[in-house]
Amino acid sequence: MGHVTALQGYLLLAALLFAIGLAGALTRRNAILVLIGIELMLNAANLNLIAFWRYGPHPEALTGMMFAIFSIAVAAAEAAVGLGLVIHIYRFTQTTDLDQMNRMKG
Amino acid sequence: MTIVFYVIAAITVAGALAAMLLKNTVHCALALTVAFAGLAIQFLELDAQFAGFAQILVYIGAVAILVVFAILLTRGSETPKEGVFSKTWLAGLAIAAMVFAVLSWAVLNSTSSLPGDSPKPTVSVLEIGNALMGRYVLPLEIVAVLLTSALIGAVIVAKHEKGSAK
Amino acid sequence: MQATISFTPQVGASAITQLLWLIPAVPVVASGVIALLKQPKRKTAATLAIGSLGFSLLLALIAFGHVVSGWSHGNAVRETVNFSWIRVGTTNIDLGWVLDPLSAAMLVMVCFVGLLIFIYSTGYMAHDENFTRFFCFLSLFAGAMLGVVIANSLLLLFMCWELVGLTSYLLIGFWYYKPAAAAAAKKAFLTTRVGDIFFLLGMVWLASGTGTLLFYNNGGGSMEAGALASLLGQHAAWGLTAAGAIGLLIFCGAAGKSGQFPLHVWLPDAMEGPTPVSALIHAATMVAAGVYLIARVYPLMAAGSLLGGSTTALTVVTWVGAFTAVFAALIAIAQDDIKRILAYSTISQLGYMMAGLGMGGVAVGMFHLITHAFFKALLFMGAGSVIHGCHEEQNIRKMGGLKSDMPLTFVTYAAGMLALCGVPIFAGFWSKDGILEAGSHWSVSKGPVALLVFGAMLTAFYMTRQVVYVFFGHWRGHKPAHESPAVMTIPLAILAFFAFVLGLFGTPAWPWFQGFVSGREAPLEIRGLFESNVLLVMGESIGFVFVGIVLAWWLYGGKSPKPDTPDVLEKAAPLPWAWLRNRLYIDEIYGVTLIAFYAWWARVADWCDRRVWGGAVSGVAIIFRGWAQLNRLLDANVVDGTFDKGCEELSTGGGLLSRVQSGQVQAYLRWLAFAVVVLAVILIWSSRA
Repeated sequence: MGHVTALQGYLLLAALLFAIGLAGALTRRNAILVLIGIELMLNAANLNLIAFWRYGPHPEALTGMMFAIFSIAVAAAEAAVGLGLVIHIYRFTQTTDLDQMNRMKG
Repeated sequence: MTIVFYVIAAITVAGALAAMLLKNTVHCALALTVAFAGLAIQFLELDAQFAGFAQILVYIGAVAILVVFAILLTRGSETPKEGVFSKTWLAGLAIAAMVFAVLSWAVLNSTSSLPGDSPKPTVSVLEIGNALMGRYVLPLEIVAVLLTSALIGAVIVAKHEKGSAK
Repeated sequence: MQATISFTPQVGASAITQLLWLIPAVPVVASGVIALLKQPKRKTAATLAIGSLGFSLLLALIAFGHVVSGWSHGNAVRETVNFSWIRVGTTNIDLGWVLDPLSAAMLVMVCFVGLLIFIYSTGYMAHDENFTRFFCFLSLFAGAMLGVVIANSLLLLFMCWELVGLTSYLLIGFWYYKPAAAAAAKKAFLTTRVGDIFFLLGMVWLASGTGTLLFYNNGGGSMEAGALASLLGQHAAWGLTAAGAIGLLIFCGAAGKSGQFPLHVWLPDAMEGPTPVSALIHAATMVAAGVYLIARVYPLMAAGSLLGGSTTALTVVTWVGAFTAVFAALIAIAQDDIKRILAYSTISQLGYMMAGLGMGGVAVGMFHLITHAFFKALLFMGAGSVIHGCHEEQNIRKMGGLKSDMPLTFVTYAAGMLALCGVPIFAGFWSKDGILEAGSHWSVSKGPVALLVFGAMLTAFYMTRQVVYVFFGHWRGHKPAHESPAVMTIPLAILAFFAFVLGLFGTPAWPWFQGFVSGREAPLEIRGLFESNVLLVMGESIGFVFVGIVLAWWLYGGKSPKPDTPDVLEKAAPLPWAWLRNRLYIDEIYGVTLIAFYAWWARVADWCDRRVWGGAVSGVAIIFRGWAQLNRLLDANVVDGTFDKGCEELSTGGGLLSRVQSGQVQAYLRWLAFAVVVLAVILIWSSRA
């Protein structure tokens, strides 16, 4: 392992956050916590984008920044809808336990 | 790699870990908020001020609140008998570890053609605004539609049926 | 013996010869029209038939007049119209028609006698419900017979010959619902068919030997010198030349149609048909077609004869004819059916004609044919009148005394009988005498003429017996008899007149007919009567005829025995009488030999068909069925089995795979992540390499 650049540092951080979010999404029972994990993953991606924008060749093109902003917007919308769905399902099944929601099995 | 980076990174990771490991879901939500905040500061560190403040406004100000509301609204069965982790937690953990391994390996072993350090970009809100209205107007509009539909969808999904008990 | 007939070279066909084809065509067309009519339209049918034949008679008379005028000016007429029918490569099959004295005389005879019989039939068949069908067949027959007469091509003659045979079958079996009639029709057809096979063989041989089937074709025809010379050069088996062999083969066909022994068996049975049919077909015309055929191919049969001698073919014809004459006359003595007697008489007279052709040549035979047509038709029609008057009774033992009940019929019948017996002045005397005279000069043998003279005596005997039984004595039937209507008796009278007068055209004193047919001069010379042994032969025949008549009168005249008492001769000689009565068992012999053999052969063929060919077919079927079974097994077990197994495996696999969809969202996510890892690794590795 040689010299770690700043960019690499940020990328590693993003990877770690992503992995934690993924782990949480895969292991927790509660549906809302899965959504939280997904939010973490999205955030990690945003961090990746901004880092590449900052240390990329053309930061004045604002590509990375824009991408990240739009990503935030979309993530927010997705969170809203997803949580709305979880609430809706909770009303019918009185539970948020994912292990019990296997009615779509083949 | 300044000290600030390491500290903020530690806070962020701690928050994320807490969000995923704690038993009490409200605590998880609050830890998530801490993670969001840490990320916002990282954005500021990266000279993406707009993104940072957008992060604070949107994520902490809206998404986290939303998550808390959702948790509060679905508190029927707290702490299930079998524990908070699913039956297959080990597989999930392993997968996540593999993902991290691959990503970090890719990052560390890549011979980057990018310069180690680059000058600080100065981005004004005016430039962002011009970009939004100029080059990125189409995505902007689409996101607007998306948000509208998400809004409507969420309202419809979450509203009570006629006659069903709350 | 005949010298070769000398005809002037053919001139271009005159107008009447060009129109000659109408003579047979019009009756055939009339027949077709009648066939389309409904049954109740009797008047229309009769009018069409009689009108068409009348028209043909008119044309025939014009043609006859043309030939006569030509002959009297010294040009013997022979005009032909030939055309090509089928062309196959370089081979032509030509057809055509000819107008010469032979065909002219025959045309007039057939049309005239036919017309009279048609008119007679309107009365005879008046009560029959199939009147229209009768006239349709009659008209078709008339057309076909006229076609035979004018044909210049052996092929065309054969085609019309077959058509004549067909209509004969249809008319004999006219009352087809009677089993006897149907059987008789079939017998007639089959027996003549046997003769026709040989005819066909001869025809094919002639075509291959000479290259043409036309009789006369400006020197290129098969009856003309060139072709005959080439045929004489070719040798067949048993010392015969090709000409002789072909002649014999054609004679077989003629023997079938003209009822010579042994193909005579159909003629008596053919009496099952209505009497006008018997009169027209089995007395005057169809049976005469055989004789006419021999007359037509006479140059062929006489080819190579040494002057004063004879050829093998003609010798055979003569002997067969003479034998048949006596054979049939013997059988006629013992018959009791009025029409059967006349049938055997016809066979006998045909034998005379054949013998006449063989010994004396075309003119002699043809003269007897013409006169015989008239008086035999007269006799048959008279018999029909008698049958009609006796309420459909045909047994002469049950008749009698009709000379007072049916006087007109009696007079005409007597005229016919005298003509047939050969009583002087009547037609039959002159024509039969001509044959006997020619026979007495025949160099090969005097046997035939002896037989023929004996036959003349027998003829007189049985005819007198018949006349005595029918017209003399007392009435032995049940209901009283009545005379026939005028439409039946007037034709009788006309024919009786001709039976009396016609012979005068062929006497030795004035051989008009013989000269006409052979193209020679025919002056009226009383001196002719006194040539060589003409008077001697005449005296002989008159004597034998007289003996026959007196004998019969002595045995039968003045008595009127009851129907169930045996005949006088039967009492005297029962065994010969039984033989003769049973027609010398010819039919039975045929039944035991040929027909039994044929039945056996049919059984063998049937067995073969069922077992051998049928077995082969069944075998093939079994093989195929086995094959089909094998295929089925293969299909069901191998193909289907494989397919079913495959499907089962698929189904099981699908079942297994479906377990992946557990419904657990996190599981899906796990797999997603894992896949991403794998892909990333691959991507990185490949980009590093």
